[in-house]
This record gives sequence, C-alpha cells and structure tokens, in this order.
Amino acid sequence: MASKKEIKEVLFGPIFANNPIALQILGICSALAVTSKMENTLVMCIALTLVTAFSNLFISLIRNHIPSSVRIIVQMTIIASLVIVVDEILRAYAYSIAKELSVFVGLIITNCIVMGRAEAYAMKSPPGLSFLDGIGNGLGYSVVLLTVGFIRELFGSGSLFGYQILSLVSEGGWYQPVGLLVLPPSAFFIIGGFIWVLRTFRKEQVEPKD
Amino acid sequence: MSNKNETLGKTLFVVVALCLVCAIIVAGAAVGLKPLQKKNAALDMQRNVLDAAGLLQPGTDVVALFEQRVATRLVDLTTLELVADVAGSNPTEYDPIAVAKKPGLGTKLAKADDTAGIGSRENVAKLYFINDTDGQLETLVVFIRGYGLWGTMYGLLALEADMNTIKGINFYQHMETPGLGGEIQNPNWVAGWQGKQLYGDDLTTVKIDVTKNITDPAHQIDALSGATLTSNGVENTFQYWFSDKAYGPLLDKIRKGELNNG
Repeated sequence: MASKKEIKEVLFGPIFANNPIALQILGICSALAVTSKMENTLVMCIALTLVTAFSNLFISLIRNHIPSSVRIIVQMTIIASLVIVVDEILRAYAYSIAKELSVFVGLIITNCIVMGRAEAYAMKSPPGLSFLDGIGNGLGYSVVLLTVGFIRELFGSGSLFGYQILSLVSEGGWYQPVGLLVLPPSAFFIIGGFIWVLRTFRKEQVEPKD
Repeated sequence: MSNKNETLGKTLFVVVALCLVCAIIVAGAAVGLKPLQKKNAALDMQRNVLDAAGLLQPGTDVVALFEQRVATRLVDLTTLELVADVAGSNPTEYDPIAVAKKPGLGTKLAKADDTAGIGSRENVAKLYFINDTDGQLETLVVFIRGYGLWGTMYGLLALEADMNTIKGINFYQHMETPGLGGEIQNPNWVAGWQGKQLYGDDLTTVKIDVTKNITDPAHQIDALSGATLTSNGVENTFQYWFSDKAYGPLLDKIRKGELNNG
C-alpha cells in the first residue's frame, strides 16, 4: 500500500501544483462551453471527476492484461461506456441540466484529461492510487471550472446558482451585466488570468524562455 | 508486461470480453433508467405546451396546471373527426412526430406540397385545448415543424379562440446555429409573435411573413439577422402547416366551435 505522503500528492497535487487545465492545458473546450452558469458547471465537474476516477480504476485493474497494440481502443471503450452511463443517469435524474449540457456530456469522452490520465497514470499504477489520481485531476479541473463559472455567472448575469445577487438594470436595479462574460470566449480571458495568478505564486510553473 | 499479452488469441479475448462487459453495463443503464427518462420527457413536453400558451410562470406546478387546464385530443386530419386512440396509443402517449414516417399512420408528402421540408406528415394531429373557467375555448396549441438551416425545427404554436391570432410560439427543439438561427428561442424574438394574425381577411390565405422590412405589422415578423435560412424555414413552416394541406380545414372547424368536447 502506498504511503500517506504519496496518496496526498496524488490526490491534491493536481489542484494547484500540477493542475490539468492551468499547467497541462488539457480539457479547455468544455471549460469554455459549460461555465456560463454555476449549476451546469458543478454538474459537469462531478460528471468528469467520476468518469476520470472510474476509468482510471477500471483501466488500472486490467492494465496487466491489456495488449499494448489495442490499448488506446480498450481505454476508449471503457471511457465511452462510463460516459454513456453518466449521460443516462443525468437524463433520468437531472433532465433540464442534461438538456443544457447536451453534447458536452458526450464530449467528456474526448476530454483530454480522461484519456491523458488513463494513458499516463492508470496504465502503470495500482488501482487504488489510480482512482485517487482520477479524483485529484477531476478536482483540479473543477477548481478552474468553478472559478470561471463563478466569475462568469456573477458578473455576466448577476446571479449565482440562479439566485440573483446583483440586481440588474433591466429589472430596475443598479448592476449593468458584462455581456462578454455570457459568451464562451470570455472563459479564455479568465483561464488566462487564472494561470497568470497561479504562476505568480508558484514561480516553478513558469516555462523557461527559449 | 509479459509478452503473452501480445498474442492474437489474448488480444481477441480481451477485446471481446471488454466489449461484452461494457455492452451489458450500457444496456443495463439504458433499460433501467428508461421509465424515469420517459417521465422527464413527458414533463418537459407539458412545460413546453404551457410555455407556448403563456401560462408558465416561475414556480408553476407544471403537472397540476396541465392536468387542470389542458385537454389533449386527437383529430384525424382527413375526416376532421376526433379519434380516441391511434394504433393503441391514447392522446397522452401518442407522438405525432414519431408516427409521421410509419406507413398507415403517416403520409408521404408530394414534393410540391412539402414546403416545410418535412418529408411526411402524421395522419392524426395531436392538439392541446385550453379552456377558460366557463368552459369556452381560450387557447389551442398545435405542433409545427419545418426544416431550418441544419435540421428540422420542432415547435408549438398557441392560437387564440379565433384560430387566427397568435398567442405564443415555442421552438422547443432545433439544431440552428447558436447566437444566429438559435435566436428562435430568444424570449425577445418570441414575444414579437404575440398578436400577429395567421391569415388574411379571407381566413384561408396564410399571410405570416418573416421579413426584414416590416410594412404590414399585423402579419409580418422581424427576421433574425444573420439567419436568413432559419427565418425562411420558419416562414415555410407556417406556409405549410396552416395551409389547406394541413391544419387549415381543422382550424375552420374549431373556429365554428366544434371538436372542443369529449
């Protein structure tokens, strides 16, 4: 069994030290698309974290039996099955959110974080640690997405989780929402800002000049 | 990793076994959750109908309101008579869009008639009648659909009792470009439909027109900028569904006060 330190590193490392979005720049597309509302963002984070964790677990369990010639296909099959199951569950229990997330749930299959962790970590690590690695990377993804979602919903629509926080001019209040934040490209600026702040505090993440 | 993993037999075994396991899990989830998903889809449709009719307020109990106000009826579009069920489906279960392509339940449209680009149309229409407190018809909600830019746009149209004035419209499913054609769901644009007249004075010529320069405010709706093909698709949808080829004669009959009982 792995030491406590190793577990801690695998689980919490990806949140700031080795964040999949901010440092590895993986999984950007869904970070742009689903972050205009906190509620959707949260569901997407949970879905991705579960898929990453369980795909890591299952791939790690059979890692010694996967022929290397078909390993990518095997990983894809496991990931795709998990994503379909998540999609079915969402459509059964959270229909309106599933409708808004629509195609992006399916696109978890192509999210680089899931494939990346399966290939880079789960193929050579024991199941327990792989599972934690999946949770950790899911958390890292979630931290960035929730930050982006928080900023976009609060300043773009003046609300959080659908509850009005800042009263809008259009409804007789004082707050003029920033229209840009409702649109997907604004997430680029926020993620850029996030990376900038992160690298200001963690100088080791700054890439050397060419 | 040992080399015996790389043999053909082992590779085939792993792949087949994995596919079997995954297939069972996926199929199990799909079948097991189907009843819940169906219930959600039905609830969603009820919400769409109330939304088109302008009855949906935040916090509305959709199921209770629908139960109380809305009567779902089936009418044969050829004989213009009410029917109790179609091939064993009662009015609630009946899905006019799904049956349109089935022989016996739907009719293939001649190319010249098919202005909306839908290919085939159901023989029996599903209508939502909404009565006021005195039992008089207040609103009729009908299904419409037509081809936009990328795919078929599915909508519901609510008409006032004169079967001419538009009360509301709700394109609940479409594939139009977000931000351009997708604006057919924009509440501001949808609000522009309220009070428009479907027909000219003769009540048979469809006069609805989605256009850039409005000269006839009673019949014309502002086109969506950057979405000419979507706007045309919406207009074609109206041209087809409210012509004498589809709902025209039916609306005539309802206008005379018929079909709203039973």
